[in-house]
Amino acid sequence: MHKLADLDAASLRSDIPDFRAGDTVNVHVKVIEGNRSRVQVFKGVVIRRHGGGLGETYTVRKVSFGVGVERTFPLHSPNIEKIEVVSRGDVRRAKLYYLRDLRGKAAKIRERRDSVPSMKGGAPAAEAPAQQD
Amino acid sequence: MTTATTASTTARTVKGVLGEKLGMTQVWDAENRLVPVTVIKAGPAVVTQVRAVETDGYDAVQIAFGAIDPRKVTQPLKGHFAKAGVTPRRHVAELRTADAADYELGQEITAETFEGGQKVDVTGTTKGKGFAGVMKRHGFSGVGASHGAHRNHRKPGSIGGCATPGRVFKGLRMAGRMGGERQTTPNLTVHAVDAEKGLLLIKGAVPGPRGGVVLVRTAAKGA
Repeated sequence: MHKLADLDAASLRSDIPDFRAGDTVNVHVKVIEGNRSRVQVFKGVVIRRHGGGLGETYTVRKVSFGVGVERTFPLHSPNIEKIEVVSRGDVRRAKLYYLRDLRGKAAKIRERRDSVPSMKGGAPAAEAPAQQD
Repeated sequence: MTTATTASTTARTVKGVLGEKLGMTQVWDAENRLVPVTVIKAGPAVVTQVRAVETDGYDAVQIAFGAIDPRKVTQPLKGHFAKAGVTPRRHVAELRTADAADYELGQEITAETFEGGQKVDVTGTTKGKGFAGVMKRHGFSGVGASHGAHRNHRKPGSIGGCATPGRVFKGLRMAGRMGGERQTTPNLTVHAVDAEKGLLLIKGAVPGPRGGVVLVRTAAKGA
């Protein structure tokens, strides 16, 4: 895919915030109804980021009226107005499929506290530790 | 040297260009839908011969593409390219087209031959699959996974009768070499043309590996 990096660069978005699995996000999706378009917000927990480059996607899960709803979006889709990170989650996995089997309080994700140094090595205080995503 | 002729009996106007398959990626179209595209570095190809009914019995344009070490070019081919006034190229293909007379020797053919939305046929050499069994090569169903099947899950089964006819019919589909053959994928849509970089973005897959040479020409079927 290296040869096509130039071509792909034109489609890549630069306004994607840094987020990872476990984070709660507001995804502003453009919805086209006939000839007018409006923006719909899909709020939920990111349960995975998949792939890389232009084809990278992420899946957001929420529970709506007791029913779990998951939507997968291409990360660089022009159909997304913006992505807002509401809160950072403290999770120990990259893929949070286990949330599907949990209900109510058990499915809650603790918020990550960046200011507290982590158990090992002592992550830099105040500023966010370097993310791998 | 590879030579290819596009067979066509009726007089049609065909445009075409040789190129290198760079690979596949995806782009978004005007309605923000994701489109899988194959990127082809098309041209620059040059016209090396113009065939006419009077001299050759049919109308066609011969185009050549790709760099070649000058030491590897044989004397007859050197002469052929010199006649057209161009440096020798690696690949040669012929396009049967009614408007062959409009082409000039040495004329450059680039990606701009095509425009977005056009239907094209893409010809290439498929990836070699080696010695492949009948399930992969001919799409046979194989043999059951259970019910007493014994070590013959991917076998073809019966290949004919016994004493009558007493032989196996010629052309019976069996295991063997697969791939590495010329194939044309018809009616692909040109998604976009990048004239500056000489790239053709063609919706869908085209035959061959990345770096393979492909011939893109106007679709034979359809509008």
